[in-house]
Amino acid sequence: MESVRSDAGPPRGDSALTVKILVAGGFGVGKTTLVSAVSEIRPLRTEEALTEKSIGIDDTSAVAQKTTTTVAMDFGRITLPNGLVLFVFGTPGQDRFWFMWDELAKGALGAVVLVDTRRLADCFPSVDYFERRGVPFIIGVNHFDGAGQHSPTQVRDALDLPAEIPVINCDVRDRESAKHVLITLVEHIMRTMSGRRDPGALTH
Amino acid sequence: MTPSPENGSGGTAWYDDAAGPVVRPYALTGGRTHYDGDTFDLVALIVTVDAAEPEDEGRPPGTTAPPWVPEPEHEMILELCRTSLSVVEIASELELPLGVVRVLLGDLLDHSLIQVRRPAPVAQFPSERVLKEVIDGIRAL
Repeated sequence: MESVRSDAGPPRGDSALTVKILVAGGFGVGKTTLVSAVSEIRPLRTEEALTEKSIGIDDTSAVAQKTTTTVAMDFGRITLPNGLVLFVFGTPGQDRFWFMWDELAKGALGAVVLVDTRRLADCFPSVDYFERRGVPFIIGVNHFDGAGQHSPTQVRDALDLPAEIPVINCDVRDRESAKHVLITLVEHIMRTMSGRRDPGALTH
Repeated sequence: MTPSPENGSGGTAWYDDAAGPVVRPYALTGGRTHYDGDTFDLVALIVTVDAAEPEDEGRPPGTTAPPWVPEPEHEMILELCRTSLSVVEIASELELPLGVVRVLLGDLLDHSLIQVRRPAPVAQFPSERVLKEVIDGIRAL
Protein backbone atom coordinates (compact mmCIF):
# COMPACT_ATOMS: atom_id res chain seq x y z
CA MET A 1 0.00 0.00 0.00
CA GLU A 2 1.41 3.33 -0.98
CA SER A 3 1.73 6.09 1.48
CA VAL A 4 1.32 9.70 0.58
CA ARG A 5 4.64 11.41 0.18
CA SER A 6 4.82 14.33 2.49
CA ASP A 7 8.54 14.93 2.92
CA ALA A 8 8.47 18.21 1.00
CA GLY A 9 5.13 19.38 2.28
CA PRO A 10 3.79 20.46 5.61
CA PRO A 11 3.08 17.83 8.26
CA ARG A 12 0.05 15.67 7.56
CA GLY A 13 -2.00 17.34 10.25
CA ASP A 14 -1.63 20.64 8.45
CA SER A 15 -2.96 19.38 5.17
CA ALA A 16 -6.55 19.69 4.27
CA LEU A 17 -7.96 16.79 2.38
CA THR A 18 -9.36 18.82 -0.43
CA VAL A 19 -9.26 17.56 -3.98
CA LYS A 20 -10.58 19.02 -7.16
CA ILE A 21 -11.97 17.87 -10.46
CA LEU A 22 -12.42 20.10 -13.49
CA VAL A 23 -15.29 20.20 -15.93
CA ALA A 24 -14.33 21.67 -19.29
CA GLY A 25 -15.87 22.03 -22.72
CA GLY A 26 -17.30 24.65 -25.00
CA PHE A 27 -19.68 27.43 -24.11
CA GLY A 28 -23.14 26.19 -23.19
CA VAL A 29 -22.20 22.53 -23.19
CA GLY A 30 -23.51 21.91 -19.68
CA LYS A 31 -20.51 22.49 -17.41
CA THR A 32 -22.41 24.42 -14.78
CA THR A 33 -25.32 22.00 -15.05
CA LEU A 34 -22.99 19.12 -14.23
CA VAL A 35 -21.54 21.05 -11.30
CA SER A 36 -25.05 21.79 -9.98
CA ALA A 37 -26.17 18.20 -10.36
CA VAL A 38 -23.57 16.89 -7.93
CA SER A 39 -22.85 19.82 -5.64
CA GLU A 40 -24.18 19.84 -2.10
CA ILE A 41 -24.29 23.61 -2.25
CA ARG A 42 -25.80 25.93 -4.79
CA PRO A 43 -22.95 26.33 -7.26
CA LEU A 44 -20.87 29.32 -6.35
CA ARG A 45 -19.26 31.73 -8.67
CA THR A 46 -15.93 33.35 -8.18
CA GLU A 47 -14.27 35.89 -10.35
CA GLU A 48 -10.83 37.05 -11.13
CA ALA A 49 -10.26 40.53 -12.39
CA LEU A 50 -8.18 40.96 -15.49
CA THR A 51 -6.36 44.19 -15.84
CA GLU A 52 -3.38 45.08 -17.98
CA LYS A 53 -2.97 41.52 -19.14
CA SER A 54 -6.11 41.71 -21.19
CA ILE A 55 -5.58 45.11 -22.74
CA GLY A 56 -5.37 44.68 -26.46
CA ILE A 57 -6.96 41.27 -26.26
CA ASP A 58 -10.41 42.15 -25.12
CA ASP A 59 -12.44 44.25 -27.42
CA THR A 60 -13.67 46.82 -25.00
CA SER A 61 -14.41 49.44 -27.62
CA ALA A 62 -18.11 49.03 -27.04
CA VAL A 63 -17.77 49.90 -23.38
CA ALA A 64 -16.28 53.30 -22.88
CA GLN A 65 -13.40 53.40 -20.43
CA LYS A 66 -13.77 49.80 -19.42
CA THR A 67 -10.35 48.79 -18.22
CA THR A 68 -11.14 45.64 -16.31
CA THR A 69 -12.98 42.51 -17.17
CA THR A 70 -13.59 39.43 -15.16
CA VAL A 71 -13.28 35.75 -15.75
CA ALA A 72 -15.87 33.76 -13.88
CA MET A 73 -15.69 30.20 -12.64
CA ASP A 74 -18.54 28.20 -11.24
CA PHE A 75 -17.80 25.56 -8.70
CA GLY A 76 -19.52 23.17 -6.38
CA ARG A 77 -18.51 21.28 -3.28
CA ILE A 78 -19.08 17.71 -2.21
CA THR A 79 -18.16 16.70 1.32
CA LEU A 80 -17.48 13.00 1.26
CA PRO A 81 -18.42 10.88 4.27
CA ASN A 82 -14.75 10.28 5.12
CA GLY A 83 -14.09 14.00 5.51
CA LEU A 84 -12.54 14.55 2.10
CA VAL A 85 -13.85 17.64 0.36
CA LEU A 86 -14.19 17.41 -3.39
CA PHE A 87 -14.46 20.61 -5.39
CA VAL A 88 -15.83 20.48 -8.91
CA PHE A 89 -14.82 23.45 -11.03
CA GLY A 90 -16.29 24.50 -14.32
CA THR A 91 -13.49 26.00 -16.40
CA PRO A 92 -14.02 29.45 -17.87
CA GLY A 93 -15.76 29.07 -21.20
CA GLN A 94 -13.49 31.45 -23.03
CA ASP A 95 -10.34 29.78 -24.19
CA ARG A 96 -8.22 32.87 -23.90
CA PHE A 97 -8.21 32.71 -20.13
CA TRP A 98 -5.43 30.16 -20.07
CA PHE A 99 -3.80 31.63 -17.00
CA MET A 100 -6.90 30.67 -15.07
CA TRP A 101 -6.79 27.18 -16.51
CA ASP A 102 -3.24 26.76 -15.25
CA GLU A 103 -4.35 27.74 -11.80
CA LEU A 104 -7.28 25.33 -11.94
CA ALA A 105 -5.28 22.45 -13.36
CA LYS A 106 -2.61 22.73 -10.67
CA GLY A 107 -3.21 19.84 -8.32
CA ALA A 108 -6.41 18.73 -10.04
CA LEU A 109 -7.12 15.02 -9.94
CA GLY A 110 -8.47 15.05 -13.45
CA ALA A 111 -11.01 16.53 -15.80
CA VAL A 112 -14.26 15.80 -17.58
CA VAL A 113 -14.47 17.27 -21.07
CA LEU A 114 -18.10 17.69 -22.05
CA VAL A 115 -18.95 17.44 -25.70
CA ASP A 116 -21.96 18.55 -27.68
CA THR A 117 -21.80 16.54 -30.87
CA ARG A 118 -23.41 19.37 -32.80
CA ARG A 119 -20.38 21.52 -31.95
CA LEU A 120 -17.66 18.97 -31.58
CA ALA A 121 -14.83 21.37 -32.37
CA ASP A 122 -15.66 23.39 -29.24
CA CYS A 123 -13.99 20.74 -27.12
CA PHE A 124 -10.72 20.63 -29.05
CA PRO A 125 -8.92 23.28 -26.97
CA SER A 126 -9.84 21.48 -23.72
CA VAL A 127 -8.70 18.11 -25.03
CA ASP A 128 -5.44 19.62 -26.28
CA TYR A 129 -4.86 21.37 -22.99
CA PHE A 130 -5.30 18.29 -20.80
CA GLU A 131 -3.27 16.12 -23.14
CA ARG A 132 -0.39 18.59 -23.07
CA ARG A 133 -0.53 18.97 -19.30
CA GLY A 134 -0.82 15.24 -18.67
CA VAL A 135 -4.04 15.74 -16.72
CA PRO A 136 -6.14 12.55 -16.84
CA PHE A 137 -9.46 13.22 -18.53
CA ILE A 138 -12.52 11.52 -19.92
CA ILE A 139 -15.05 12.64 -22.52
CA GLY A 140 -18.69 13.01 -21.59
CA VAL A 141 -20.97 13.21 -24.61
CA ASN A 142 -23.82 15.30 -23.28
CA HIS A 143 -27.12 14.44 -24.84
CA PHE A 144 -29.27 17.41 -25.57
CA ASP A 145 -32.88 17.21 -26.63
CA GLY A 146 -32.99 16.91 -30.34
CA ALA A 147 -29.27 16.51 -30.71
CA GLY A 148 -28.18 13.91 -33.19
CA GLN A 149 -27.10 10.74 -31.50
CA HIS A 150 -23.48 10.02 -32.16
CA SER A 151 -22.04 6.92 -30.61
CA PRO A 152 -19.08 7.23 -28.26
CA THR A 153 -17.07 5.34 -30.87
CA GLN A 154 -17.80 7.98 -33.49
CA VAL A 155 -16.80 10.71 -31.05
CA ARG A 156 -13.61 8.86 -30.11
CA ASP A 157 -12.69 8.52 -33.78
CA ALA A 158 -13.48 12.15 -34.47
CA LEU A 159 -11.26 13.24 -31.58
CA ASP A 160 -8.57 10.69 -32.40
CA LEU A 161 -8.38 9.56 -28.79
CA PRO A 162 -6.42 6.56 -27.55
CA ALA A 163 -8.50 3.56 -26.51
CA GLU A 164 -7.74 3.96 -22.80
CA ILE A 165 -9.54 7.29 -22.52
CA PRO A 166 -13.19 6.66 -21.64
CA VAL A 167 -15.81 8.26 -23.87
CA ILE A 168 -19.27 7.95 -22.35
CA ASN A 169 -22.77 9.20 -22.98
CA CYS A 170 -24.39 11.31 -20.32
CA ASP A 171 -27.20 13.66 -19.53
CA VAL A 172 -25.74 16.04 -17.00
CA ARG A 173 -29.15 17.33 -15.93
CA ASP A 174 -29.63 13.96 -14.32
CA ARG A 175 -27.86 13.56 -11.00
CA GLU A 176 -27.24 9.83 -11.39
CA SER A 177 -25.79 10.39 -14.83
CA ALA A 178 -23.60 13.21 -13.52
CA LYS A 179 -22.39 10.97 -10.68
CA HIS A 180 -21.61 8.26 -13.19
CA VAL A 181 -19.47 10.72 -15.16
CA LEU A 182 -17.43 11.64 -12.08
CA ILE A 183 -17.04 8.03 -11.01
CA THR A 184 -15.89 7.05 -14.50
CA LEU A 185 -13.30 9.82 -14.31
CA VAL A 186 -11.96 8.77 -10.91
CA GLU A 187 -11.78 5.13 -12.03
CA HIS A 188 -9.84 6.29 -15.06
CA ILE A 189 -7.50 8.28 -12.80
CA MET A 190 -6.91 5.15 -10.72
CA ARG A 191 -5.91 3.21 -13.81
CA THR A 192 -3.71 6.04 -15.02
CA MET A 193 -2.02 6.34 -11.63
CA SER A 194 -1.31 2.65 -11.29
CA GLY A 195 0.31 2.82 -14.72
CA ARG A 196 2.41 5.80 -13.69
CA ARG A 197 3.19 4.56 -10.23
CA ASP A 198 6.92 4.51 -10.63
CA PRO A 199 8.57 6.05 -7.59
CA GLY A 200 11.74 6.77 -9.54
CA ALA A 201 9.87 9.13 -11.78
CA LEU A 202 8.52 11.12 -8.89
CA THR A 203 10.51 14.17 -7.99
CA HIS A 204 9.62 17.19 -5.99
CA MET B 1 -6.10 56.96 4.18
CA THR B 2 -3.37 56.14 6.61
CA PRO B 3 0.22 56.72 5.60
CA SER B 4 2.34 53.63 5.79
CA PRO B 5 5.76 54.69 7.06
CA GLU B 6 6.88 51.07 7.34
CA ASN B 7 6.82 50.86 3.58
CA GLY B 8 10.42 51.90 3.22
CA SER B 9 10.89 52.00 -0.51
CA GLY B 10 7.73 53.74 -1.49
CA GLY B 11 7.29 56.21 1.34
CA THR B 12 3.63 57.04 1.59
CA ALA B 13 2.93 56.29 -2.06
CA TRP B 14 1.13 53.00 -2.27
CA TYR B 15 1.42 52.63 -6.01
CA ASP B 16 3.92 53.60 -8.62
CA ASP B 17 4.05 53.89 -12.38
CA ALA B 18 4.83 50.24 -12.78
CA ALA B 19 1.55 49.41 -11.11
CA GLY B 20 -0.27 50.72 -14.14
CA PRO B 21 -3.77 52.05 -13.84
CA VAL B 22 -5.19 51.55 -10.39
CA VAL B 23 -8.28 49.45 -10.67
CA ARG B 24 -11.09 49.61 -8.22
CA PRO B 25 -11.06 46.10 -6.75
CA TYR B 26 -7.48 46.54 -5.72
CA ALA B 27 -8.16 49.81 -3.93
CA LEU B 28 -9.08 47.56 -1.02
CA THR B 29 -5.60 46.18 -0.91
CA GLY B 30 -3.86 49.50 -1.25
CA GLY B 31 -3.09 48.72 -4.85
CA ARG B 32 -1.22 45.53 -4.03
CA THR B 33 -1.97 42.74 -6.44
CA HIS B 34 0.28 40.08 -5.02
CA TYR B 35 1.07 38.62 -1.67
CA ASP B 36 4.78 38.15 -1.19
CA GLY B 37 4.53 34.82 0.57
CA ASP B 38 3.18 31.55 -0.75
CA THR B 39 0.23 31.80 -3.03
CA PHE B 40 -2.99 30.59 -1.57
CA ASP B 41 -4.26 27.59 -3.47
CA LEU B 42 -7.85 27.83 -4.67
CA VAL B 43 -8.88 24.99 -2.43
CA ALA B 44 -6.60 25.65 0.53
CA LEU B 45 -8.71 25.83 3.66
CA ILE B 46 -8.50 28.93 5.81
CA VAL B 47 -9.44 28.94 9.44
CA THR B 48 -9.44 31.85 11.85
CA VAL B 49 -6.96 31.53 14.66
CA ASP B 50 -8.48 31.90 18.09
CA ALA B 51 -7.68 35.48 19.06
CA ALA B 52 -6.87 34.40 22.62
CA GLU B 53 -3.82 32.49 21.51
CA PRO B 54 -2.45 33.85 18.26
CA GLU B 55 0.19 31.81 16.51
CA ASP B 56 3.59 33.42 16.81
CA GLU B 57 5.06 31.60 13.89
CA GLY B 58 8.50 32.89 13.10
CA ARG B 59 8.17 35.99 15.21
CA PRO B 60 10.69 36.12 18.05
CA PRO B 61 9.05 36.37 21.46
CA GLY B 62 9.06 39.87 22.84
CA THR B 63 8.85 41.52 19.43
CA THR B 64 5.66 43.42 19.08
CA ALA B 65 4.02 43.68 15.73
CA PRO B 66 3.42 47.18 14.41
CA PRO B 67 -0.13 48.28 15.08
CA TRP B 68 -2.35 47.16 12.26
CA VAL B 69 -5.89 48.16 11.59
CA PRO B 70 -7.79 45.56 9.62
CA GLU B 71 -10.18 46.63 6.89
CA PRO B 72 -13.82 45.56 7.20
CA GLU B 73 -13.09 42.91 4.55
CA HIS B 74 -10.38 41.43 6.76
CA GLU B 75 -12.90 41.22 9.57
CA MET B 76 -15.42 39.59 7.25
CA ILE B 77 -12.90 36.92 6.31
CA LEU B 78 -12.12 36.24 9.96
CA GLU B 79 -15.84 35.94 10.66
CA LEU B 80 -16.41 33.62 7.69
CA CYS B 81 -13.49 31.37 8.58
CA ARG B 82 -14.53 30.50 12.11
CA THR B 83 -15.21 27.18 10.49
CA SER B 84 -12.68 26.43 7.78
CA LEU B 85 -13.50 27.64 4.30
CA SER B 86 -11.67 27.34 1.01
CA VAL B 87 -10.09 30.34 -0.72
CA VAL B 88 -12.54 30.20 -3.63
CA GLU B 89 -15.51 30.05 -1.31
CA ILE B 90 -14.28 33.11 0.57
CA ALA B 91 -13.91 34.99 -2.73
CA SER B 92 -17.36 33.90 -3.76
CA GLU B 93 -18.98 34.83 -0.45
CA LEU B 94 -17.38 38.27 -0.39
CA GLU B 95 -17.92 38.74 -4.12
CA LEU B 96 -14.34 39.85 -4.50
CA PRO B 97 -11.84 38.81 -7.15
CA LEU B 98 -9.55 35.98 -6.09
CA GLY B 99 -6.49 38.18 -6.40
CA VAL B 100 -7.88 40.66 -3.92
CA VAL B 101 -8.85 37.92 -1.49
CA ARG B 102 -5.34 36.49 -1.68
CA VAL B 103 -3.79 39.81 -0.74
CA LEU B 104 -6.20 40.17 2.18
CA LEU B 105 -5.44 36.62 3.29
CA GLY B 106 -1.74 37.45 3.10
CA ASP B 107 -2.29 40.33 5.51
CA LEU B 108 -4.15 38.07 7.91
CA LEU B 109 -1.47 35.41 7.67
CA ASP B 110 1.27 37.97 8.28
CA HIS B 111 -0.55 38.92 11.45
CA SER B 112 -1.05 35.29 12.42
CA LEU B 113 -4.79 35.70 12.45
CA ILE B 114 -5.48 32.74 10.20
CA GLN B 115 -4.15 29.28 9.66
CA VAL B 116 -3.80 27.84 6.18
CA ARG B 117 -4.38 24.18 5.51
CA ARG B 118 -2.92 23.50 2.12
CA PRO B 119 -4.48 20.88 -0.10
CA ALA B 120 -3.09 17.48 0.69
CA PRO B 121 -0.25 16.21 -1.44
CA VAL B 122 -2.72 13.56 -2.58
CA ALA B 123 -3.78 16.01 -5.24
CA GLN B 124 -0.43 15.64 -6.95
CA PHE B 125 -0.10 11.95 -6.42
CA PRO B 126 -3.34 10.50 -5.17
CA SER B 127 -3.18 7.18 -3.43
CA GLU B 128 -5.49 4.42 -4.51
CA ARG B 129 -7.13 4.57 -1.12
CA VAL B 130 -8.04 8.23 -1.49
CA LEU B 131 -9.39 7.68 -5.00
CA LYS B 132 -11.49 4.75 -3.77
CA GLU B 133 -12.84 6.97 -1.03
CA VAL B 134 -13.76 9.61 -3.59
CA ILE B 135 -15.61 7.02 -5.68
CA ASP B 136 -17.46 5.63 -2.67
CA GLY B 137 -18.32 9.14 -1.58
CA ILE B 138 -19.75 10.09 -4.96
CA ARG B 139 -21.74 6.84 -5.09
CA ALA B 140 -23.24 7.61 -1.72
CA LEU B 141 -24.52 11.02 -2.81
